[in-house]
Amino acid sequence: MTELESVIGLEIHAELKTNTKIFCGCKNTFGEAPNSQICPVCMGLPGTLPRLNSKVCDFAVKMGHALNCRINKVSRMDRKNYFYPDLPKAYQISQSDIPICGKGSLDILVGEKIRTIGITRIHIEEDAGKLIHDADYRGTLCDLNRCGVPLIEIVTEPDLRSTEEVRVFLENIRSILRYIGISDCKMQEGSIRCDVNVSMHEKETPLGIRCELKNVNSFSAAVRGIEYEIKRQTAIIENNGHIERETRRWDDKKGISILMRNKENAQDYRFFPEPDLGTVILSDERIDSLKAEIPELPNQKIIRYVSEYGLNCSEAFLIADAPDKAELFEQCIVKSECLPRSAANRIVGEITKYLNDTGKSVWETKLTADELSKLCAAAEKGIVSSSGAKTVLAELIENGGKVEEIIERLGLAQNSDYEYLCKLADDVIANNQRSAEDFKNGKTNALSHLIGQAMKLSKGKADPQKVKEIILNKLKTEE
Amino acid sequence: MKLCDHTALELAEMLRKRQCSAKEIYLDTLQRAKEKQDSINAYITFNDEAEKAAEAVDNMLADGKELTLIAGIPIAVKDNISTKGLRTTCASKMLSDYISPYDAFAVERLKSAGAVIIGKSNMDEFAMGSASDTGYYGAVRNPVNTSYSAGGSSGGSAASISYGGALLALGSDTGGSVRQPASLCGVVGFCPSYGAVSRYGLIAFASSLDRIGAIGRTVSDTFILHNIINVADPKDVTMSDIFCSFNLKGELKGVKVGVVKELFDCFMDDDVRSSVMAAIKLMEKNGAVIKEISIPSIRSAVNAYYIISSAEASSNLARYDGIRYGYRSDGSGSLAEMYRKSRSEGFGTEVKRRIMLGTFVLSEGFCDDYYKRAAALRRRLCAEFNEAFEQCDIIAAPVYPQAGIKLGESKDPIDVYSADVFTVPSSMAGLPSISIPCGKNKEGLPVGLQLIGNRFCDNMVFDAAYGYELVGGGIND
Repeated sequence: MTELESVIGLEIHAELKTNTKIFCGCKNTFGEAPNSQICPVCMGLPGTLPRLNSKVCDFAVKMGHALNCRINKVSRMDRKNYFYPDLPKAYQISQSDIPICGKGSLDILVGEKIRTIGITRIHIEEDAGKLIHDADYRGTLCDLNRCGVPLIEIVTEPDLRSTEEVRVFLENIRSILRYIGISDCKMQEGSIRCDVNVSMHEKETPLGIRCELKNVNSFSAAVRGIEYEIKRQTAIIENNGHIERETRRWDDKKGISILMRNKENAQDYRFFPEPDLGTVILSDERIDSLKAEIPELPNQKIIRYVSEYGLNCSEAFLIADAPDKAELFEQCIVKSECLPRSAANRIVGEITKYLNDTGKSVWETKLTADELSKLCAAAEKGIVSSSGAKTVLAELIENGGKVEEIIERLGLAQNSDYEYLCKLADDVIANNQRSAEDFKNGKTNALSHLIGQAMKLSKGKADPQKVKEIILNKLKTEE
Repeated sequence: MKLCDHTALELAEMLRKRQCSAKEIYLDTLQRAKEKQDSINAYITFNDEAEKAAEAVDNMLADGKELTLIAGIPIAVKDNISTKGLRTTCASKMLSDYISPYDAFAVERLKSAGAVIIGKSNMDEFAMGSASDTGYYGAVRNPVNTSYSAGGSSGGSAASISYGGALLALGSDTGGSVRQPASLCGVVGFCPSYGAVSRYGLIAFASSLDRIGAIGRTVSDTFILHNIINVADPKDVTMSDIFCSFNLKGELKGVKVGVVKELFDCFMDDDVRSSVMAAIKLMEKNGAVIKEISIPSIRSAVNAYYIISSAEASSNLARYDGIRYGYRSDGSGSLAEMYRKSRSEGFGTEVKRRIMLGTFVLSEGFCDDYYKRAAALRRRLCAEFNEAFEQCDIIAAPVYPQAGIKLGESKDPIDVYSADVFTVPSSMAGLPSISIPCGKNKEGLPVGLQLIGNRFCDNMVFDAAYGYELVGGGIND
């Protein structure tokens, strides 16, 4: 048997951060007291009618533009019928036949290769409530606050081939959602979730039967679930078994998937057009003006950073992932006072660490691209030592100010003057003749002692790299 | 003659002339309603707050405030229209203790206009039926002859108007539920254009067909009630923004009245046929121009109607699962069992039949053959109506093939459904139509004439009906 290849498609649900819910005026918030953000409409009380929040359409169209989708000027809302206690109307208002966004694609960088992943569609729908199994209460409690929170569902073509591609793709989607400002993508709040379709086949042969994995509540769970599914299906195929079309529930704690439904008892959602809402109509002007609001997106930036500035994929991702970091990086490049590489190093290193530790964005610190460029340039020229540069950067982030002044104030200037350093080297060699002799006799660690003495004598101001070069040079020429 | 035997307009004038008070009108009407409750069963719940509402109107009158024409008029509200604090049961065991936390838009309008909501009127369960006999609270009897039904599903509303248990009433019309009981009880029932009256708070049966309609003893009474609720409501996005205020003139001269030949080929009682034909002749005699027209799909409308309305109903009624409100069966074990038992015990036979039918026609593998075909037929019917209204202003038709529905006789549901052949076409096309009394059969049971207008030509429908009433139509003696 030739090698099996995994084929993966995703359905990603992202909660949109509109001010109000999709069909009523209730606030779209998270973490409020249970059943405090509800009204007769989102509770699905008899006689109530939905009203579509136009912001939801705007957000979905923006995502459509970001994923190069065809935007449908006329789309329709449909009812998806099923019973569940967290769904008070017993139907979800969603989009079936005519979604707001049609086919599109997203280019992602996986390893060194650009992969184009097809997007099948993006549609809008409402979220359901939440069931709470409280230990203090015998029975299940229901919190309807989440009912009517707007969602988009992004459906991909079965174009992904590995868990690595899935990981990169999901990271890109999350970045884009944040970039265009339509979703917070907070996994722990469940604001982004996905269902995964996995099948196996031999390359160059038709696709295999797929299984759908539900209840995948984080990106890492998606990767684990897919890995499990690939192993499970591979084992069945290698034992000459057949994969059945199934819906399986992923249990991330146990690390296994469990059969929920097979073909025989598949859900029939009995979709039909939502009679309480008209068709969704978008004007060309509205579609175009939303397109104009889309900035350069992280996936495009990553490709550009790698090809133009020589960053590696993970550095490029770390910077492009967050609009604040990307903006900082690009402003440094525009100033062209320092090498892109030095700015990138600072951003990926100390700056990212600071942001992660404090939960702040670049915009919430005192750091500006102007000063970062100057600092990088100063470090490149040896005006400040690498440890000195770290101190300056910390100061810039916390308190702002001018690089030169901070160097001056904290006495971090590094002396790179050739004549000064030559004199320093002469003094050190003269005062440490034994070490100089040792070095000449082949004891190479004697050099470190000499450099250390030079740094001590200069009170740490000498450029250690240059001191090393000069001392070495002198010792060799003295031979 | 008691106060409750007047028309609403007469009472409005008497109130202004201080010939009676709103409280007197209310108490008089309530007394009649209670006297007849045992024999007619028009009400499910009386409104304890009504007297206060009447007193408030009297106070406003005393203060010299300007009032609407329905201020101080006792109005029955069908029990599928939500009333805050007053239970709204849809005549179902499922909602027998359901109290809405909000008022329907139409009820808000009535309250702010000073209407006195006397009570919630009896009906078919969830408005599914033609004889007001499918509900949990028993059948509504016809005040003209109590061995007959008041018709349905707004039987309680129509009956209360007929016997003086209310002066005006709100009903709901999905496939004829205002017009048919109005016809059988000998009163006027108006079904507005789809989108002319907000559905907010009307408990949904079939959302694309449901409408709130006014019922009264005369065309002008019905008209004043319709005018109060025919107002834009942003909460219902299926509303149109077309509102034309107008005054009734009753001009019949030159009005082109279409007679659909396919409808007159249908079965109907001889008394019904002769009464309707006589009414059309009377309109012609008074200047109307009668034209025979053809609407080829009109007879299939009833099949498509039962598919679409049941499909929507199966979805609309799915929320009654016993979890958050409404009837919940005792001692159910699993979640699925709780759903099954609560719904099996909470719904009556007719409702269950429609839910099953609707679920079936939307199911994978059957949806194309049933639901989608019905939707296509509906579009064709709309196009044919459009063509028809290029040849005429108003379409005249019977309302119901029979003058009376005997209560207690078991009937094949298919025969009952088929009898909606005259009312369902305008429902499917979203057109305004009115039922106005036009005669009686041999047993003295009323017969109604139906006038149908083009979409949003509600004024033309009212005006033609008013014209007919002026020249002697109607049987209000």
